[in-house]
Amino acid sequence: MTGLWVVLATLALGSVIGLVRLLRDGRMRDFAGRARSAGRSAGSSVEVPAEEDGEGMASGSVGRLTGDDLGSPLGERATLVQFSTAFCQPCRATRRVLAEVSELVPGVAHVEVDAESRLDLVRRLDVMRTPTVFVLDSSGNILKKASGQPRKADVLNVLGRAVPAAPAQDRPYDPSHGASQDSDEM
Amino acid sequence: MRTDPRALRFGAALTTVILALVLVTGSAWLLAAQAVVFALGTIGRSPYSLLFKALVKSAPKETEDARPPRFAQAVGLVFAVAGLAGYAAGITPLAMVATAAALLAAFLNAAFGFCLGCEMYLLIRRLLPAAKMEVSQ
Repeated sequence: MTGLWVVLATLALGSVIGLVRLLRDGRMRDFAGRARSAGRSAGSSVEVPAEEDGEGMASGSVGRLTGDDLGSPLGERATLVQFSTAFCQPCRATRRVLAEVSELVPGVAHVEVDAESRLDLVRRLDVMRTPTVFVLDSSGNILKKASGQPRKADVLNVLGRAVPAAPAQDRPYDPSHGASQDSDEM
Repeated sequence: MRTDPRALRFGAALTTVILALVLVTGSAWLLAAQAVVFALGTIGRSPYSLLFKALVKSAPKETEDARPPRFAQAVGLVFAVAGLAGYAAGITPLAMVATAAALLAAFLNAAFGFCLGCEMYLLIRRLLPAAKMEVSQ
């Protein structure tokens, strides 16, 4: 009889977890650095960040990634940093989405980081799952974080709002303007 | 190596039913059978997948990497063995909690397509940076 209740409780718990995950998965969230995210994810480690922040400062700011950190140059306007592992089902689909976005939007780079070989970054940025995607601005400041596979429209939306658009993106007249400038020069 | 995601989902659904039956009946033998299925799954020979292939002839629209689900089967095996130890030692709470954990993972996979076992990989690696968990191709 106890077993039946355990089954029902487990299935109820699974349904709640599943629904919450469906709602939250891949959502772009503001990234407020480690102190807040550590406090959010584990209440017991609230005192720890002070000590860890010192360590973090030694190796660079928590909320910023450099080309050296990533082992790959940052995008001119923005960089999409994807943490992946071999044991990750949605990583491949995420890779496809971000590659499409970086092709679509000029000046946006897509960098994939193997979480296993970069556990230092995983800890510094408090990555709990793969895929986790960070959106960086042109100087590497982390603007947004998404755990789980992000939707293409959400990524484009974040890039459109948070990163100054290239002239061609915003104003369809620009190309012709550029062309007339060219003709002026000639 | 590639695998048919439909077969994985089918396997997860069957696993959910079996583990629920284990909890309701308290049958350690049924759990032992599921443990064998998990063990075969870790080497890519899941009987549930074979059953699916025997029943469904159509080719999958897309395939996916076989390594994540295999790792998840290994996680399932760990919980099943813990549950068996619980039944063998007469520690019913251990048996039930371990089986329920495996049931939760199987249910999330079957109903929502979330692979809990796969996601534990990074957490385990964060805790044990030295651990090497190679899965043969």
